[in-house]
Amino acid sequence: MTGGDIIGSHAGGDLRLTRLTKRFGGFTAVDDVELTVGQGRFFALLGASGCGKTTTLRMVSGLEEPTQGQIFIGEQDITDRKPHQRPVNTVFQNYALFPHLDVFENVAFGLRRRGVKGVREPVQQMLELVELGQLARRKPSQLSGGQQQRVALARALINQPQVLLLDEPLGALDLKLRRQMQIELKRIQTEVGLTFVHVTHDQEEAMTMADTIAVMNAGKIEQLGSPAELYEHPATTFVANFLGQSNLVSGTIKEVNGDVVAVSAQGRRLTMPTGGCRVTRGAVIVGVRPEKVHLATDTDTVPAQHNVLPGGVITDTSFIGVSTQYLVKMSWGEELSVFEQNTGGQLLRPGTEVALHWDPEQTFGLDGAQDIDAGADVDTDAAT
Amino acid sequence: MTGMASGPRVRRSGPLEWTREHLLAFVALLIFVFLLAPNVVMLVMSFNQPDGKYNYVWHQFSLNAWAHPCAVGGMCASLGLSLEIGVVATIGATILGTMVAFAVVRHRFRARSAINVLLFLPMAAPEVVMGATLLTLFFNVVGPGSLGFWTITIAHVMFSLSYVVVTVKSRLAGMDPTLEKAAADLYATPRQTFLKVTLPLVAPGIAAAALLAFALSIDDYIITVLTAGTAETFPMFVWGSVQRAVPPQIDVIGSMILLITMAGVAVSLGLGRFRAGRQRG
Amino acid sequence: MSAPVRSAPAPETAEPPPPAPRGRRKLLPYLLLLPGVAWLVLFFLVPILSSVSGSIQTGSLDTGYTLAWRWANYSDALSQYWPQLERSLIYSLLCTAGCLILAYPLSYFIAFKTGKWKNLLMALVIVPSFTSFLIRTIAWKTILADNGTVVSVLNDLHITNLLAAVGLTQGDHVLASPAAVVCGMIYNFLPFAVLPLYTSLEKIDPRLHEAGRDLYCSAYQTWRRVTLPLSMPGVVGGTLLTFIPSVGDYINAQLLGNTNTTVIGQKIEDLFLRNQFGYPTGSAISVVLMVAVLVIVLTYIRKAGTEDLL
Repeated sequence: MTGGDIIGSHAGGDLRLTRLTKRFGGFTAVDDVELTVGQGRFFALLGASGCGKTTTLRMVSGLEEPTQGQIFIGEQDITDRKPHQRPVNTVFQNYALFPHLDVFENVAFGLRRRGVKGVREPVQQMLELVELGQLARRKPSQLSGGQQQRVALARALINQPQVLLLDEPLGALDLKLRRQMQIELKRIQTEVGLTFVHVTHDQEEAMTMADTIAVMNAGKIEQLGSPAELYEHPATTFVANFLGQSNLVSGTIKEVNGDVVAVSAQGRRLTMPTGGCRVTRGAVIVGVRPEKVHLATDTDTVPAQHNVLPGGVITDTSFIGVSTQYLVKMSWGEELSVFEQNTGGQLLRPGTEVALHWDPEQTFGLDGAQDIDAGADVDTDAAT
Repeated sequence: MTGMASGPRVRRSGPLEWTREHLLAFVALLIFVFLLAPNVVMLVMSFNQPDGKYNYVWHQFSLNAWAHPCAVGGMCASLGLSLEIGVVATIGATILGTMVAFAVVRHRFRARSAINVLLFLPMAAPEVVMGATLLTLFFNVVGPGSLGFWTITIAHVMFSLSYVVVTVKSRLAGMDPTLEKAAADLYATPRQTFLKVTLPLVAPGIAAAALLAFALSIDDYIITVLTAGTAETFPMFVWGSVQRAVPPQIDVIGSMILLITMAGVAVSLGLGRFRAGRQRG
Repeated sequence: MSAPVRSAPAPETAEPPPPAPRGRRKLLPYLLLLPGVAWLVLFFLVPILSSVSGSIQTGSLDTGYTLAWRWANYSDALSQYWPQLERSLIYSLLCTAGCLILAYPLSYFIAFKTGKWKNLLMALVIVPSFTSFLIRTIAWKTILADNGTVVSVLNDLHITNLLAAVGLTQGDHVLASPAAVVCGMIYNFLPFAVLPLYTSLEKIDPRLHEAGRDLYCSAYQTWRRVTLPLSMPGVVGGTLLTFIPSVGDYINAQLLGNTNTTVIGQKIEDLFLRNQFGYPTGSAISVVLMVAVLVIVLTYIRKAGTEDLL
């Protein structure tokens, strides 16, 4: 009845998606995705609404059939298996708790369907793990959002799936609770050692919780790597703009001198490490994160080796508390961002003429043939 | 709001304002009285000892009718027939109607519009037309002797079907579709999902539909009289009694049905609240 | 990037359409539909359609009926029974109007002003109709009895004189008059008007009323411009479920009326049960009624589609 020996055992294996594609009529939701999630890792699929991340998740859970491609767990090909035959469980976005069953029965559901005897102990233990031990006999309608979320988690975890899928499970919680749950989930994952695949559009959430992130856009994976890798060395303008903010300036590569690339951009000479640049000649987009940039009024001295972009005028100053965020309009019309950490210095007012400067080591270079605004206007928190 | 006004703002109170604000409630109350008056009258008149054959005017208090509810010839027999027909018709209509409701809500199929119209028409069509044409069908196809228990039951299933579909459909459509996916995710086969998740959640709707079908059946007159032949159901008996004699026993039976229904509703409401209360403890 | 405070969860990506089922699953809906639909076709559709053929036959119970294509049956039936048909229409219109006028305030009150007592009050509207409606209609004979309280009060207030002037009652009596018949009809059909109206009103977000008031509407205007348009589906549904069945109703006419208040329903029943020549004529009138019903229903569908019918 069940998918053979996989369910319930820790035989395990990596989750592998090969050439996974899903088409709905003329629309390609997931386009030829190749992905490996190491066993026991916390993996995040990050992207805006409609990028294909949820569809990918559903294909792994079996609730959606791939048009093409295969899904493996370890050596087992589970592509053709029905959802109830897969060693995979899902925590749904709206929790999907069974309203006619109490908490205990909800959590025990999967065990009962698999014919497991003696559910009392495991269920109690699992409820303790998610700190809901006292509420075993309540109905879902009598629980708060955060409590329901934990029941949904317990219900999935108790079956010790090879892969646990989380479909934007924290979306309905308020900010503080979400932060709490992010830490909770990370702790639980470390404790049970299962593979977690977390789908979200919140890039802060992904960076906080995941070991590895895959940024998805229009059905494809833009970049895959650790949060630090993605943040410091984005591979495309989409990733640079979607993950945090980036200042991107178009330019042309002048020369490559060993481990330094020289670029001419907007009449200025900028340098960056060869290792941080994705192209070796032709059009390039120079990028630097706002927190790496400093502002210099005429009176300050700029370190000699820094990249400098003069001729900017501050158009907006926002004091956030931990930092001050400046918007600076450059001579060629582009607005760049600068985040100065709050170390007690003076705020600069809008209208001030400034020059931007930063350490060349912090620069990254992207293929100039891309859309410089990709990923920037995507309002990840708005309703579709 | 504007700044300081010149003097305290007058809050208009008094009978006129009070009436305006509560006008709606007052009107609603009157309408409720309108709706419930005949039931109250029926209850009261069941305790009446009529002066003559017709129990229309209050004459004298008596418990006689309650003590001897079946004293009137033919009445309890007709009630028995109505109950039999009611049970069979309810079972038939509920099963057929629930199946249709599932198809309509959960599946795609052709001729959807036509089937929607077909399901709607029996609720809107004049009963006398449905009964008369059905009578003709039975008469021509099977013969005049066919009229009786089964023809009545067939007719009752026919007109209750649509109401069952509406009731179950509304309950089914309101069900969160993710629940069944969650069940599949938790290793339930399609059959287990249906039995353990779908059915329990739709059950209240099916129960309500069955109750509705039963109520429609025992109370029907027009279609029944046309398809009954020589059989006599309770409503037919009541109708006939208007010609012959209206005994207080009729009000007794009516009151009993009313009280049983009210008790049933009260019990189910109370049970729900009791269970919920126990959870909180 | 600063994270703004979240107020509502971002919805899922657009739900893909349900996949077209393959193989055996395609049959399932038809199998589910078959018994119910077949039942209706056999016992609702076929009889009504065959009455079309019946309406153009001639003959009698003794001699049998032959298909003589006698279209004159229609003109005969209409000319002979026009008074009853007309009377049915008028009563039904009055009944429908009365039901809507009473149902709307009641439904509105329950939907918006009663909070947690909603369900109990709706039960109070529905449950009484679970008792035999014949008995309840007979109860009206007691309520409207000639020397009873209600009639005496109406007499003292001269309301009966008013009604008599319009021809709705006669003398001091209220019973055995058109007024009593219409009153009984309104009483019988009121729950059928309340239900769809209540369902439709209940779906209206009360904050829309607040928005209306905020945008300078008086209480009346809020109702007229916000509530009424949003409750139209309920109004139309209630009208359909009241008007059409009431045209064929004759229980009230029989119990609460007199020989001058006969309606078409009584005639049809008569023709089918007690008149050996009555079958073709009765069929003709039935066809006329059904065609009228169809026209009304199809007009409604033209405007609103079929999905909301059920």
